[in-house]
Amino acid sequence: MYEIVTGPLAWISFSIFFIGLFVRFVLYIKGLDWKADRVTYRVNVKYGIKGAVRSIFFWLVPFGTRSWRNNIAFTIAFFIFHAGLIITPILLQAHNIILKERWGFSFFTIPDPVADIMTIGVILAGIFIVLRRIALPEVRILTSVYDFVILFIAMAPFITGFLAYHEAPAYNFWLIAHILSGELMLIAIPFTKLSHFLLFFLSRAQLGMDFGIKRGGMKGKGLAW
Amino acid sequence: MPEGKLCNRKLVDTKEFLDALLSDKSGEQYYEEMNHLDVDTAKLWSTIQKTFKSRLKTWLEICAHCGLCADSCFFYLANNKDPKQVPSYKIQSTLGEIVKRKGKVDNQFMQMTMDTAWAKCSCCNRCGMYCPFGIDMGIMFGYLRGLCFSQGFVPWELKIGTGMHRIYNAQMDVTTEDWVDTCEWMAEENEEDYPGLTIPIDKENADIIYTVNAREPKHYPQDIAEAAILFHLAGEDWTVPSEGWEETSLSMFAGDWESCRMQVESVYAAMDRLKPKRMVVTECGHAYRATVIEGPYWAGLKSGKPPVESLHYVEWVAEALRTGKLKLDPNKKIKEPVTYQDSCNYIRNAGLGDCAREIMSYIAEDFREMTPNREHNFCCGGGGGLNGIGRYRVQRNIGLKVKRDQILKTGAKLVIAPCHNCWDAIRDQEEVYHDGIRWSFLKPILLDMVIVPDHLKPKEE
Repeated sequence: MYEIVTGPLAWISFSIFFIGLFVRFVLYIKGLDWKADRVTYRVNVKYGIKGAVRSIFFWLVPFGTRSWRNNIAFTIAFFIFHAGLIITPILLQAHNIILKERWGFSFFTIPDPVADIMTIGVILAGIFIVLRRIALPEVRILTSVYDFVILFIAMAPFITGFLAYHEAPAYNFWLIAHILSGELMLIAIPFTKLSHFLLFFLSRAQLGMDFGIKRGGMKGKGLAW
Repeated sequence: MPEGKLCNRKLVDTKEFLDALLSDKSGEQYYEEMNHLDVDTAKLWSTIQKTFKSRLKTWLEICAHCGLCADSCFFYLANNKDPKQVPSYKIQSTLGEIVKRKGKVDNQFMQMTMDTAWAKCSCCNRCGMYCPFGIDMGIMFGYLRGLCFSQGFVPWELKIGTGMHRIYNAQMDVTTEDWVDTCEWMAEENEEDYPGLTIPIDKENADIIYTVNAREPKHYPQDIAEAAILFHLAGEDWTVPSEGWEETSLSMFAGDWESCRMQVESVYAAMDRLKPKRMVVTECGHAYRATVIEGPYWAGLKSGKPPVESLHYVEWVAEALRTGKLKLDPNKKIKEPVTYQDSCNYIRNAGLGDCAREIMSYIAEDFREMTPNREHNFCCGGGGGLNGIGRYRVQRNIGLKVKRDQILKTGAKLVIAPCHNCWDAIRDQEEVYHDGIRWSFLKPILLDMVIVPDHLKPKEE
């Protein structure tokens, strides 16, 4: 079982992840239309780049935008959730050992206790996000089962990984579940709302270019996100 | 009945059709016919397939349903945080559904969509600033309005507006002759007080070509006189075109993109014909947005810019004060607390916030900012065409509450509103709520304060 999930299944899921994201990237860029979007992407490129960079940068900084500052609890949960989601799997010691064994290279790693804390962070922030979805009327009205499924897909590798690392009973089960749920997430990213893994950057860049080129970026100091 | 006599998918290209619409009191027959208007679902879906591209598609798809857009929307706030006013919900339940159902929606659905697109969104674009993904629902509602228009589901007044633009190249029935006469009349009226005052028509190679909002020749000719006097006192070499003088676009509010193009092309043609160095437009937000910001795209200008450098009135005023072309009497500065209404169309969507502050530093001793302000301002409550739609008067008046609270909090009783729509909304707000608020364009305020150079004063007899 272990051989299958870490062998062919891993190859398949990583391939779908990378190829899928590449296709999404190409389709997005190809679908931009200066006339329909009313943004001259190819003229005033410098202003466009400046607008795009500002638009992405301020939203990647905790409390960097007014929207983040207006929603303190959610912002904290959001950044803990996403930081854990991205940093933990890439810099985890165990993952890098496998990487070294298989492909002969590895990234620098974070100590296991740190990874542990980040994992707990992802789980707690995830629970907060679920509760917020149910509690706030303005979020509840937008929420469907699909939103919970997506959250579950994102959190599952962390819950199972946490249990496996702490050698919960039925260690093998949790280990396999961890690997499978990780692979499920990789496959889901290009096809679901999780595609915001990539499309966040493209969409933010696009609106940044819109404001940077057309809506005032060439006259003012740039939009105060 | 597939299509009505008045309410249909036809474009208002003839005076007969326009007159028929105008003679329908309050659109009674029009809206009655709308109840029976069929949806051309095949056409709707083929339009979507042609025009619904990656930007909009991605926005609809990746929305994480986080609800951060809720508090950004003045309609949500004004309606006691009704979840049905959350911008994401509004667009997902209309455009989102149409796309999901591949255009197969019925009359009732289209009417609900129309009511949402015009009475629950003024396309102020504020939500776009508060969404982590940069999803600008104002832009999506603009697109949705276009779909509604193409199916004949558009508020009566805006259908008329598109007809006006198509037939008169203006949002009202002001002909070239009416316009030229009004300019000549205003020059004559004021030349005794301002010797040498003229309103030069169709002068070639002037420094400035001045363009307006059709309401001015139609209802507020004094505004044109004030603009003329200020240009005169500033020593500007300026002109107005006999044709192509109208910058507004009810077609933009209606989603009639073809007539949007026709309208801005009439202005660009005047620029090409008269070859001015720059263009200045009157104190109107959506006129500037339509002709300077969006217009070049409708006209297919690859630079994304109008044929000549184009300024909003506040840019010209700020420059004239900065360079000393216009000198104000410092003793006449406004002493009472005064606030400024940031128009969405030229502040958030065109970056002119600094010009407004610069002007206020010259004219006000006690300038009080609203909170929030500049790009983060709230819509006046009447933008996006809402002021002019009778069917949505109740919804509009509820929406005004947010701006009212903002104004009252500043403690100022005077609001400078250099935008026709904002000006109207604040006037109507006062009519509804009776707070003792006054509102003004810049021109009358500047005229009260401006120092008339000696050589331009009337000679004493």
